[in-house]
Amino acid sequence: METEFTPYASLGGGLLIGLAAVMLMATLGRIFGATGILAGFIQPDSSSEFSWRAALLAGMVSGPVLYLAITGNWPAIEVPVSTPMLALGGLIVGAGVTYGAGCTSGHGVCGMARLSPRSIVATLTFMAGTAATVYIIRHVIGG
Amino acid sequence: MTKHVLIYLIGLTFGLGISISGMANPAKVINFFDFAGTWDPSLAFVMGGAVTVAFIGYRLVFRRAAPIWGKGFSLPGTRQIDARLIGGSLVFGIGWGIAGFCPGGALPALGTGRSEVFIFVVALVAGILLAKALQRVSARKKPKAAQA
Repeated sequence: METEFTPYASLGGGLLIGLAAVMLMATLGRIFGATGILAGFIQPDSSSEFSWRAALLAGMVSGPVLYLAITGNWPAIEVPVSTPMLALGGLIVGAGVTYGAGCTSGHGVCGMARLSPRSIVATLTFMAGTAATVYIIRHVIGG
Repeated sequence: MTKHVLIYLIGLTFGLGISISGMANPAKVINFFDFAGTWDPSLAFVMGGAVTVAFIGYRLVFRRAAPIWGKGFSLPGTRQIDARLIGGSLVFGIGWGIAGFCPGGALPALGTGRSEVFIFVVALVAGILLAKALQRVSARKKPKAAQA
């Protein structure tokens, strides 16, 4: 399935993502990592650690609604993946980000911006893993 | 209360950014990595934009001794590049390639109410809890193994 090349929208979205990461560091002194925020939300150490994550997640989930209010459309979500593979992928992502201590937002954006060697290694590793997996699924198995 | 409203707005900024960028769209994510097929380089612009803003913004923020609400900056203390980091990241990459959703893309996408997003996020939470349980078990086993 082809998707349209959207350099301006993607750049604009990226700028907002970066801005949110900077604001979270300026206010709470925290890394904007979706993995850490979610993990701390489902298993919080204390109620104060829970409440800021709950507020942040509520804001994140409201993002598509604001997008709808501005543009009149929901953000495009096309899923070229079967339900069992979606569930399998989710399970694998959850295990991987827990052991790898971060995902695209934590390592890929915040860690890279801090020039953290750990995050640079993690980002290069998961990007290579994703590219190899897509190649195998689409061009080796899928043919 | 003001604090939580502001944190909500920070989350909203992120969620809007994800919605505009295409990071919540598995077809676009998978195409970004499909160099040999229907390649769509858009997501390089997401990463480029986000990292550039964070790179500059963090430098301004770190000129202060502490964040607005807190004693200090909570930055990851460990600097070790080990098998756990590389193995975990590789596993994450495989899962991302299979499903096309990453945590930062999928969490805001819950707001669309799409069932595919819920399926992914439920599995994501299960994966996190499973891995945390395994980490606790292996942390408990280690001292015993050292004694034996």
